[in-house]
Amino acid sequence: MISGLDRTGRKFPAPTMELKEALLTYALRRGDDNLILSNRLGEWCGHGPQLEEDIALTNRALDLIGQARNYLQYAAEVEGKGRSEDDLAYLRNERQFVNTKLVEQLNGDYAQTICRSFLYDAWHLPLQQALTKSTDERIAAIAGKAVKEVSYHLRTSSEWMIRFGDGTEESHQRAQTALDALWTYTGDLFVQDEVDAILEKAGIAPDLALIKVAFDKTVDTVLAEATLKRPADGFMATGGRQGKHSEYLGFMLAEMQYLQRAHPGATW
Amino acid sequence: MSENPNNWPLWEVFIQSKRGLDHKHVGSLHAVDAQMAIENARDVYTRRQEGNSIWVVPANAISASNHDDGGMLFDPADDKTYRHPTFYHMPEGAKYI
Repeated sequence: MISGLDRTGRKFPAPTMELKEALLTYALRRGDDNLILSNRLGEWCGHGPQLEEDIALTNRALDLIGQARNYLQYAAEVEGKGRSEDDLAYLRNERQFVNTKLVEQLNGDYAQTICRSFLYDAWHLPLQQALTKSTDERIAAIAGKAVKEVSYHLRTSSEWMIRFGDGTEESHQRAQTALDALWTYTGDLFVQDEVDAILEKAGIAPDLALIKVAFDKTVDTVLAEATLKRPADGFMATGGRQGKHSEYLGFMLAEMQYLQRAHPGATW
Repeated sequence: MSENPNNWPLWEVFIQSKRGLDHKHVGSLHAVDAQMAIENARDVYTRRQEGNSIWVVPANAISASNHDDGGMLFDPADDKTYRHPTFYHMPEGAKYI
């Protein structure tokens, strides 16, 4: 929220600097999660295991990029320095991206792609559901639209987890391998810092501990039906929210940002 | 393609564009089972708000008439125009009859 007049001409107070910064970071985190996962899913375009899956995956990528745009536009407005959503997507460096580490992980085989989406969706849905009750009207509106899309994402990734896990010996093995490999990145989804604390106090964002309850329930239910074993919580690779990423993000950004870096301001 | 053991079964997709109307055949797709066929149909055939209900039917569950029998099956109707309800007037504003 920027101080001034809203669309209906009502005056609203300038938030404290602290709240404004927290809100900016929060919007960036939400935007970056969706932007990076969308890019990963987009990498499958034209390479899907089946025509129908190719379309379904890129459909979900499009949903996510829509959500990313909503959050990055809001971030740009909150920042109020004249940057656009495109500037935020294409002109920030790796260390300035605040997405969770899970979404930048490589596509791997199809089980890994689906498993990454499943873990993300199981967290993303309850988060967006909670955000529909945000006291920040803009975030509540973005979340309200996202919830329907994300509900479908979770259903479809859950259905695949069940079919992989409870399918053939090979599909079960691949799904379990993917789950074991990605589990270390689930801790990063629930890391909370000052940003979350400030926004929770303002009623803008939920306590991620509550989201964890919903996440656990979904994961346990689906994995039980999929006959997959939930990995034990061991070392968790965190740091994404502070801009500390795995080795894969830089390569993705290099490709994603190439055009704007090589030809600054290019439009078409 | 159908000989490929890794190939998924074929499903025929029917979409209802509006409540109260019939489900119309829109095409086919491959999917591992009925549930996933509905999910895939949603992505392949309802991206532009084409409908609000989806049916999927295993393609091999459909029995079809033989094209070569067309003459015997359909031509006899050619000269029986009295079977067409052309003597009725459509009520004004009725779109779906």
